[in-house]
Amino acid sequence: MKNSANILICGVGGQGVLLFSDVLSASALAAVLDVKKSEVHGMAQRGGSVTSHVRFAPKVYSPLIEEGTADFLVAFEQLEALRYLYYLSPKGRVLIDPLKVKPMPVLMGTAEYPTDVIDRVRAGAARVYVVEAHKTAKELGETRAQNIVMLGALSRLLSIPENVFQDVIRQSVKAKLVDLNLKAFQTGRKLLK
Amino acid sequence: MSKKLLTGDEAIAQGVWEAGCRVAAAYPGTPSTEILQALVKYPNVYCEWSANEKVALEVGLGACLAGARALVTMKHVGLNVAADPLFSSAYIGTNAGLVIVSADDPGMHSSQNEQDNRWYGVSAKIPVLTPSDSQEAKDFAKLAFEISEEFNVPVILRITTRIAHSKTVVEIEDRKEAPVRTYAKNFAKTNLLPSNARPLHRSLEERMERLTEFNNTKGPNRIEEGQKGFGVIADGVAYQYAREVFPKASFLKLGMVHPLPTKTVRKFAAGKKKLYVIEETDPFLELQIKALGIKVIGKDKLPLLDELSPRVVRNSLAEPGPELKPAQGVPSRPPALCPGCPHTGIFYLLQRKEVIVTGDIGCYTLGSYPPHNAMDTCVCMGASISVGHGIEKALGQDDKRRVVTMIGDSTFFHMGMTGLVNTVYNKGNSITIVVDNRTTGMTGHQDHPGTGKTLMGQPTKDLDIVQVVKALGIDKVHLLDPYKIKDNRPLFRQILSEPGPAVIVSRRPCALLVKRDAPKRVKPEECNGCKLCLQLGCPAMSLVEDKVVIDESLCGGCAMCVELCGRKAIV
Repeated sequence: MKNSANILICGVGGQGVLLFSDVLSASALAAVLDVKKSEVHGMAQRGGSVTSHVRFAPKVYSPLIEEGTADFLVAFEQLEALRYLYYLSPKGRVLIDPLKVKPMPVLMGTAEYPTDVIDRVRAGAARVYVVEAHKTAKELGETRAQNIVMLGALSRLLSIPENVFQDVIRQSVKAKLVDLNLKAFQTGRKLLK
Repeated sequence: MSKKLLTGDEAIAQGVWEAGCRVAAAYPGTPSTEILQALVKYPNVYCEWSANEKVALEVGLGACLAGARALVTMKHVGLNVAADPLFSSAYIGTNAGLVIVSADDPGMHSSQNEQDNRWYGVSAKIPVLTPSDSQEAKDFAKLAFEISEEFNVPVILRITTRIAHSKTVVEIEDRKEAPVRTYAKNFAKTNLLPSNARPLHRSLEERMERLTEFNNTKGPNRIEEGQKGFGVIADGVAYQYAREVFPKASFLKLGMVHPLPTKTVRKFAAGKKKLYVIEETDPFLELQIKALGIKVIGKDKLPLLDELSPRVVRNSLAEPGPELKPAQGVPSRPPALCPGCPHTGIFYLLQRKEVIVTGDIGCYTLGSYPPHNAMDTCVCMGASISVGHGIEKALGQDDKRRVVTMIGDSTFFHMGMTGLVNTVYNKGNSITIVVDNRTTGMTGHQDHPGTGKTLMGQPTKDLDIVQVVKALGIDKVHLLDPYKIKDNRPLFRQILSEPGPAVIVSRRPCALLVKRDAPKRVKPEECNGCKLCLQLGCPAMSLVEDKVVIDESLCGGCAMCVELCGRKAIV
């Protein structure tokens, strides 16, 4: 493992992509690395496709990941993984939640939700981890913990120490949600063998 | 000194607070909104949501003339609204410092255009600083106050979406108090009668000359030595992209882009065989550098449209990266109105009428998209009512379609009231719907003059839009609940058949602000798949094997679909 990474996180507005990238980037900073993260707020978040770029290294210039250079693509929804797959480097890995959230054109019947998403993602990535984060979070009693389950899974593949993530989670969520989120994080770690 | 990851917006709040800022005013606008939302959490600084950007800038100017360091923030198009006081403020100058943040949106992530507000510096004769990351956003915010006071002029701090919403590492320092200076009446300085304005214009031109010299010698610009013959001049986030693509080049990184440090540019350009100017949106630096007689490559290769990125810079100016193929056949996921959005009930009725609908700026702009397709125009803040009035006057008696103008509550207070006064005065016939969701929705739920709460959390007078429009001269005012589609249908028919002007106030809080009700459910044995309910465009509803299903994780139980279903299949 190396101490730099380009991580693109994608999902649907409302899924907690931004908290995920906040905790991830704060954890990277705590591990004393230069960190930048970029995303867009506003109109796009109203149920639209959402991305967050997180980069850490000894020195980072661009806050945006260049297409074709992401080390990790973390997708909170299948279709979004396929949409941003071209950001992945040839050696890049994908963490994908098999959850399906139908976009408006599919709801209206003017487009089909593709049936072969995960196969197509596999064909375009060096390695794919299917992480049932939404399902796991639901079993924990709070679907909104999907993001932290996913973070737990990703943390297994990064050089940032586990306790750094845990400290940042404690500081980032409301007091009454700390235990739930720490549990979500641990469960997520176990999802990645 | 501690280090934190801050967005550019948060860093500006930190910076102005460290600089002793005492008064801050803004109207919400992506990507600037979070500056005041961050600043209001600090002690010893008065913060307000002003009714619009022009008001905000005037509040800031007043505060700075009274002797307090003042901050005004807005999105790029907000500065158009505030352009009148902007130009005057340059003549008048400052007492304590005045910093104006313009947050531009290249790529139009959440805007109607991608104008480059560095030009305002040239036309209004105001210095412009363009930070490249959050640390600089903080440092330049502090520097801007110093420049503003030393040179007796407001300063524009121009950021872009990628600066505003990117988090980068910032060193946190303590606040240095800037006590309120004495205020004394100064007729010749602060009263722009022509007799005063003439000498003030002369003084402003002199101030700009001195600022050029300051920027040449002490400006926040730096030369990074690299290859002797190859140089890059860049500012803002474009510098970061350029640095990534050309790691070996020499760089002139500009922090203060107006007035241009001409001597610094000439010195850097000397001896360079190849010189690139890399900047986002317009050729702002490029044209001025070319005017110095220096040969550069810029927008002949770089795009004028959209935001830059490392790849765009690489493919425009360097060896192109490997060809990338985005996956085909991926349905788009455009933003949509939320489940239970009160605007939905209005769009449902409008999309079935032969009417012309002029829209405005807010969440309801999304009603322009399918399935609603319910708006003819979206121009700028407040334009719905006046554009509608113009359409109606042009069509006259020959066209039987009624003009309906649609505006949100926050936008109504921002700039809609003036248009409505104009419609009343000039015998307009249009019907205005104020979709009053009790908040400024699209920018993330900020208070406004109708909500009864200030930015600092204090209770205040909540202006009732029904009373306001009556006072503006509208006699036919209807207050309704947009969820009651069955009741509203005949009411709409009646209002459309009567002469105007009329106003409908559609009142129901934003669905994201209220506790959700239990989700609704479709009885599959009763549903005949007629799809009438799907015309609501509710993201929680879809058709599965010819029956409608409701996603219970999304449904908030608004029951608009229940109102529509003739077979009582939804419970």
